[in-house]
Amino acid sequence: MGIQQDIIIAGFGGQGILSAGRLLAYAGMLENKNVSWLPSYGPEMRGGTANCNVIISEEPVGSPILNSATTLVVMNGPSLDKFEGVVEKGGIIIIDSSLVDRKVKRSDVEACEIPATMMASDMGNLTYANIIMLGKLIAKTAIIDKSNFEKALIKVLPPKKHYMIPEEMKALELGMSY
Amino acid sequence: MGEKLLMKGNEVIAEAALRAGCRHYFGYPITPQTEIAHYMAKRMPQVNGTFVQAESEVAAINMVYGAASAGVRVLTSSSSPGISLKQEGLSYMAGAELPAVVVNIVRCGPGLGGILPAQCDYFQTVKGGGHGDYKIYTLAPCSVQELYELTVDAFNISDRYRIVTMIMGDGILGQMMEAVEFRDEHEEKVIPYDKDWATTGTQMKRDKNVVTSIYINPEVLEKHNQKLQAKYATIAQEETRVEVFNCEEADIIVTAFGTVARIVKNVIKLAEKEGIKVGLIRPITLWPFPDAAFRQYSETAKAFLSVEMNAGQMVEDVRLAVNGKRPVYFYGRMGGMVPAQSEILNKIKEILAK
Amino acid sequence: MAVAFKKPHALADASMHYCPGCTHGIVHRLIAEAIDELGIEGKTIGISPVGCTYNNYEYFNCDMVQAAHGRAPAVGTGVKRANPDNVVFTYQGDGDLAAIGTAEIIHAAARGENITTIFVNNAIYGMTGGQMAPTTLLDQVTTTSPYGRKPDINGFPINVCNMISTLEGAVFIERVSMHDIKNIMNAKKAIKRAFEVQMAKKGFSIVEVLSSCPTNWGMSPVEALKWINDKMVPIYPLGNFKGKDLEV
Repeated sequence: MGIQQDIIIAGFGGQGILSAGRLLAYAGMLENKNVSWLPSYGPEMRGGTANCNVIISEEPVGSPILNSATTLVVMNGPSLDKFEGVVEKGGIIIIDSSLVDRKVKRSDVEACEIPATMMASDMGNLTYANIIMLGKLIAKTAIIDKSNFEKALIKVLPPKKHYMIPEEMKALELGMSY
Repeated sequence: MGEKLLMKGNEVIAEAALRAGCRHYFGYPITPQTEIAHYMAKRMPQVNGTFVQAESEVAAINMVYGAASAGVRVLTSSSSPGISLKQEGLSYMAGAELPAVVVNIVRCGPGLGGILPAQCDYFQTVKGGGHGDYKIYTLAPCSVQELYELTVDAFNISDRYRIVTMIMGDGILGQMMEAVEFRDEHEEKVIPYDKDWATTGTQMKRDKNVVTSIYINPEVLEKHNQKLQAKYATIAQEETRVEVFNCEEADIIVTAFGTVARIVKNVIKLAEKEGIKVGLIRPITLWPFPDAAFRQYSETAKAFLSVEMNAGQMVEDVRLAVNGKRPVYFYGRMGGMVPAQSEILNKIKEILAK
Repeated sequence: MAVAFKKPHALADASMHYCPGCTHGIVHRLIAEAIDELGIEGKTIGISPVGCTYNNYEYFNCDMVQAAHGRAPAVGTGVKRANPDNVVFTYQGDGDLAAIGTAEIIHAAARGENITTIFVNNAIYGMTGGQMAPTTLLDQVTTTSPYGRKPDINGFPINVCNMISTLEGAVFIERVSMHDIKNIMNAKKAIKRAFEVQMAKKGFSIVEVLSSCPTNWGMSPVEALKWINDKMVPIYPLGNFKGKDLEV
């Protein structure tokens, strides 16, 4: 990976957008990288969309606000409309193709489509869609190691939800191998 | 060294206060700082502390006044409109020389404004805000780690000088998550002060204590004011904090506090690639203002640029400190807009081209 | 020689600044007597208001905190929460409590804040020069209701005890008066009982004291006492509103 990865994760509220970003940042921190996680907290939150900026860097993080991203993870159409333009040239856009009904328009970025919500539905639990998306992100960018993601789950999930970790990891692997 | 944790800025402020021995919190919900109240509501009962959701910010700051009178470490937190309501209490606390820590996670005004990040309460905080000649010791952290360290320090300084200290951040600092390490060696600096002036009850063993800010006799009141001013002078002497970064060879020095200073650090890297030498003076205390750093570098730098999320507030203090020796420029965004690196770099180039 | 009458210990040896005929001094004395009798001076903290009694911290020997206008119940809350074994009382006038500090008193009562409020109602702003108070009677002439208080312009007097009675957290509420010896004796009992209620950690207690302001009413002290009985008592009936049989 490069010295700094700037990731925007965006979608609807309730899709686990913020928690996906948080897991990613936590895993990055466990790899002794410098990380920041910044949620959208403006009025747009009330409108049902959610996004967060995650920075994982070899160097101290300057601004936690991303004006551009190396990778964009989108889980709905409006988010693709909003953020497609901020991806750096040569960057990556990962799309949940079960929810976004258009293609990436730009030709100077790499577009990856993955029907994450459909795959999660097949697993029997829609809430894993965000983890499947992260799996794809990890496969594309090697931003963090899979083992550290599992450690992050242990840290971030409350103990009463630790029973879900094997399923979460299964979802991650599904995304990685898609 | 402790374990690294990924935590939200607001939660770190609350945790830091607990680690500094604060067991009393009074507040009123307002975005974007409400996580502080959530954290305290959960934790205080677990540590035998007090959490009161007050009926208003006015009541909350007066509860703080009462608890501070009783000699305990006490915290309140709010955001700009709520801090406006607290000004009465802050003035009274300054007059009565009560220590407390107040957090302002600034949002943009005027009026109800918006909840996005801003620095438009600089004047309110460092120039008074409430009535009378008084100062609030104001710390402006720029990272989650610093939120922890400066909150602990805020309690110590507050008690040492019997002054209200303010942690001034913005929505980004409050809402963002970053790694934080709660260091045992830092907490060892938590200093218990003997508050023999506090109203804890005479126990019939001493003369009564009175906490008041009223002095009807003008000679007495002037003396009281002189005492306050002398205290402020000591604090300015002893407790001014500043980060000076990359200034030695800089052609231009950018000054910024809090979140904006982080953006400027990125700008410095960008500028370096283009062969432009940019320095940063980051006031960590907004009052007292680090004049000395500006005086020192006004000998070498060609110009100063103050970047703020407001219409130009700190820049006035920069001009006073530079005192006409070098030109001082300003670049700001308002309304919750955050200055982008490219905008700042363009401004720097524009100044250097003059 | 036996001592027949002496100053309560909790009352400071200071001459008070109140106008001739004003009954604030009597209220102070009753509070101090109650503190003495309960043996709580060493753990009592009084909260002084803004108004004529702004500096009554000079008149008590217990620890005192001077509060901003109307905020005494909030300040008292902070003091009490910091040290719950202390006995905390606020001393507030009608402008302080029923105008600028309405929110603070209502919410302290609603929280059942374990403090005692001594609310002195003289139907007028004394310190600032006889302006209309929330408790000013209809047709009462003040410097800001020179034609008398008119409901269509100034609304109606606030009956604080009735209002607070509706709140679950307020457990002891009584209105007393300073207009004669019998009532002063009753006031003493009510104040003492309010402190006992607090010491038993039962909740919020308030004693409203009808008091005179000869200076701003434009009356002699004797006329003023009569005015309390004739004019104020019918609008602000005396007696216990809540907590009469509370076990303390």
